[in-house]
Amino acid sequence: MLDALTVAVAVTALALAAWCGFAAYRDQPTKDWHFIGMAVVSVLALAQLLVGIVQLARGERPDQGMTIFIAYLIGAFASVPAAGFLSLSERTRWGSVTVAAGAVVLAVLEVRLYDIWGN
Amino acid sequence: MSDTDRTGAPASRAPERDAPRQKQQFELGSGPGRVLVWFYGVFTVAAASRSVVEMVLDFGRAPLAYVLSAVAAVVYGFITYSLVRGGETARRAALVCCAAELAGVLVVGTWTRLEPSAFPDSTVWSEFGMGYLFIPVILPVTGMIWLRRARKA
Repeated sequence: MLDALTVAVAVTALALAAWCGFAAYRDQPTKDWHFIGMAVVSVLALAQLLVGIVQLARGERPDQGMTIFIAYLIGAFASVPAAGFLSLSERTRWGSVTVAAGAVVLAVLEVRLYDIWGN
Repeated sequence: MSDTDRTGAPASRAPERDAPRQKQQFELGSGPGRVLVWFYGVFTVAAASRSVVEMVLDFGRAPLAYVLSAVAAVVYGFITYSLVRGGETARRAALVCCAAELAGVLVVGTWTRLEPSAFPDSTVWSEFGMGYLFIPVILPVTGMIWLRRARKA
């Protein structure tokens, strides 16, 4: 895996979590700017999914098994958009909390992805 | 004029007071419940995919652990569904499931501590959910607090 990309996804996810957590603290729902932030993180996660697939196609293999690796890649890609959709219909601070939680889940998935791929 | 006011006021207020009792479909998945829907959804997917992958790849390695993960996935899935559905029936069902979930985490957690040999591979609820940042033990408690509150709201 591209370590730089894994780190980038994890760091932007944590930044998004802090940002949405701050919005929740100020009793605000997610706004357009937050959705742009979610889009940025999601694009990075999508890039990671594609890079992962390409590397598998080139014959590189993750340490802890291919099935688990692919499952985590898909989970990492889906987590922020799914939380974003939940926050679309929850126009309160709790929508912001949901997105923050989704971003934290993504950061944890990145750590797991790093372990699964190994070196 | 004052008569109509006096008679009008209680008449218009009465249906409002009865409304929550008649209308059973109150929401459980909005407000703080939305965060719970998210976490229960994530854990449904996590536990389900984990148990399916483990069972398909090598069921014989730790059958007990994998079956327990599958049970956890079913419980999580049902609670997620109940939260989304809303209403008194779903609220009670979810409350029972949260209690079962908490009992499951505590029993499996203690079991893995006392008899590690029974679990060659870990489950979602092993060591009180340590591999999942202890969320499996925090989630049912917050769930039950929310479900108890949702009735009054």
